[in-house]
Amino acid sequence: MTTNIRYKSRIPIKSDETTEEKQYVGFATLPNQVHRKSVKKGFDFTLMVAGESGMGKSTLVNSLFLTDLYKDRKLLNAEERINQTVEIIKHTVDIEEKGVKLKLTIVDTPGFGDAVNNNECWKPITDYIDQQFEQYFRDESGLNRKNIQDNRVHCCLYFIPPFGHGLRPVDVEFMKALHEKVNVVPLIAKADCLTPNEIKKLKDRVREEIERFGIKVYQFPECDSDEDEEFKQLDKELKECCPLAVIGSNTVVEARGQRVRGRLYPWGIVEVENQSHCDFVKLRNMLIRSHMHDLKDVTCDVHYENYRAQCIQDMTSKLTHDNRMESPIPILPLSTPDVETDRLIKMKDEEVNCYVIMEILERTKMALPLVLSLYLL
Amino acid sequence: SRIAIRRPGTDSDKNARPLSLSGHVGFDSLPHQLVNKSTCQGFCFNILCIGETGIGKSTLMDTLFNTNFENFESSHFEPKVKLRAQTYDLQESNVRLKLTIVNTVGFGDQMNKQESYQHVVDYIDTQFESYLQEELKIKRSLHNYHDSRIHACLYFIAPSGHSLKSLDLVTMKKLDSKVNIIPVIAKADTISKSELHKFKIKIMSELVSNGVQIYQFPTDDETVSKINTAMNGILPFAVVGSSEEVKIGNKMVKARQYPWGVVQVENENHCDFVKLREMLICVNMEDLREQTHTRHYELYRRCKLEEMGFTDTNPESKPVSLQETYEAKRHEFLGDLQRREEEMRQMFVQRVKEKETELKEAERELQGKFEQLKRLHSEEKSKLDEKRRSLEDEINTFSKKKAAAELLQGQSFNTNANLKKDKDRKK
Repeated sequence: MTTNIRYKSRIPIKSDETTEEKQYVGFATLPNQVHRKSVKKGFDFTLMVAGESGMGKSTLVNSLFLTDLYKDRKLLNAEERINQTVEIIKHTVDIEEKGVKLKLTIVDTPGFGDAVNNNECWKPITDYIDQQFEQYFRDESGLNRKNIQDNRVHCCLYFIPPFGHGLRPVDVEFMKALHEKVNVVPLIAKADCLTPNEIKKLKDRVREEIERFGIKVYQFPECDSDEDEEFKQLDKELKECCPLAVIGSNTVVEARGQRVRGRLYPWGIVEVENQSHCDFVKLRNMLIRSHMHDLKDVTCDVHYENYRAQCIQDMTSKLTHDNRMESPIPILPLSTPDVETDRLIKMKDEEVNCYVIMEILERTKMALPLVLSLYLL
Repeated sequence: SRIAIRRPGTDSDKNARPLSLSGHVGFDSLPHQLVNKSTCQGFCFNILCIGETGIGKSTLMDTLFNTNFENFESSHFEPKVKLRAQTYDLQESNVRLKLTIVNTVGFGDQMNKQESYQHVVDYIDTQFESYLQEELKIKRSLHNYHDSRIHACLYFIAPSGHSLKSLDLVTMKKLDSKVNIIPVIAKADTISKSELHKFKIKIMSELVSNGVQIYQFPTDDETVSKINTAMNGILPFAVVGSSEEVKIGNKMVKARQYPWGVVQVENENHCDFVKLREMLICVNMEDLREQTHTRHYELYRRCKLEEMGFTDTNPESKPVSLQETYEAKRHEFLGDLQRREEEMRQMFVQRVKEKETELKEAERELQGKFEQLKRLHSEEKSKLDEKRRSLEDEINTFSKKKAAAELLQGQSFNTNANLKKDKDRKK
């Protein structure tokens, strides 16, 4: 049983010839053009997965993208993990569907939360994210910007263990360290160990704790008012289900006459894509089918811009201290707000406004007799 | 001269010859007598549950003992690991059990877990210590002593499906010589059968390769050796606990209801709960208590006493009894005490002497001052006397002169008065 979320296509339907003939300009085909160009260019997406080992991260990634990314993985023993440090491992794959190409990068963080002493275990991860931002910043400010590689992390799935009563100190610290650098999407992992009541209780608890600790997780954008009711309903359901409780599987089992991805137990079969079993379908739809681009936009417009602004401010404050222009990045002279300049700008603005208003009045004065005559006719 | 007690099994066994009985004597009731006595006394059992917050320790205890203990939901934000012990009186048929359940609170929640195992070890040692203290008392009542030593430790492993966590390994290594560890896989309804098999093998191999000695069910008693050996091969037990009941067929059973099926706690096909209950409670409870006393407690006791300086053999490798060592220690201690007392007394005497000399010095000083003042005083006095005398002299002289002057004046007045009288008369 699969649910299709209707992706509202913006391609306009060609209007009937018999309806009123308006002046045809043709820019209604712009969405088409955008669509065509983007298919040609291809898309890229970087997804980070974080959480203790054994939470089912790799299995979920395999289930999401219907592939096997982790064929030759070596897992560490408990003894080796006592003093383990966090590593960052990137897997990049090119996948294609109906002519649309996607370059998918999965950033793994093995070792997170596994050592006996986990103080600041999130540091390698924040360092990595900052590195990607810095790389992009350099590239963007460079002279030759033809082939910029965007390696910035667009989304971070954080796996919360379902065995406890809510968030743990390591969960809170990690999310707080990352919430202003990347879109954090918390998930309840291995949800097949919780009954529906327990899931609800845990979700409420986690939501309340996220708010209490001031963690800024990724917020779904509000629906446009012109979206259809079905889409709005689905969007509302999605928002109420957060954090999503997921189950992943690497194996295909036979259930109710069909072959589905699932987990086989002596007491029943858990179907990964069954909406009454878990929120996997919602996650997939959200992540891939409806909000992938929004995740990228928020990363570019919010997180990256914050990083950039912070970077520039740090640099200029450093430069005013020592008078050496060592940085290779060209900095505009007007980066910090200047009170004098602001005032001048405001004055000029007002001047222009006055001029415009006067022009309008002149013109209406001239046009008034014309309008009246038209009206009387 | 000491009486040598011949123990059975030594080579002097040859002196004990087996006899055959010609009738029923009746000492075959000895085990029954023992049992009756223990039943009257009641039994005592202490379980320690170690596991992450929320892993299901309390629920499993409720399920095991078929009751509802008072349970508190702990927070994940405890700054350090604590242990909470609760004691209950249970009864089944005519057997009374005093059950103590000790739970860890906040285990595995801290960012830095290097100290986590220490709190558990300290708790276990404290119970051993209080038993040791009772044993060493002069007036003992071991008969009535409430034994709080931990008989079984259930270690709850999180069902990650991969292997043990680093914290699990470190903790079990520190505890294996102090308590009977029985590892269990908690919330096992999230692991499928094939994954479970691999998981158990991985866990056991990790324990073996790191030298962790978990509790082995005893195989020396023929009545239970078969089942115990089989169970030893199924460790760690994958358990599911539940305090809720679901109707299956026409019975209410303990189970967990999922949208995809119902996990029955007591269904051996679903989990190893029944096996755990059987092994822990029905078959080996008494052995667990015995092992705690004869192995773990004895080890603790030996280490503790050796620390205090007791040995079984003196430097010449001759056996030394506890009493002798104790006497020697006591003697040493008393000697020490006396020496200290002497020292203190000396010090006191010294101080007194010093004070005395000080005071004497002060007295002498004062005396000197007094003499000086006296001298000054008498000097002043004689000076004053002299002055007085000279003053008196002066006064005398003056009064004489005054008298003479008055006399003269009187005469001259008279003469003047006469002359005047004469003058007047002449007129």
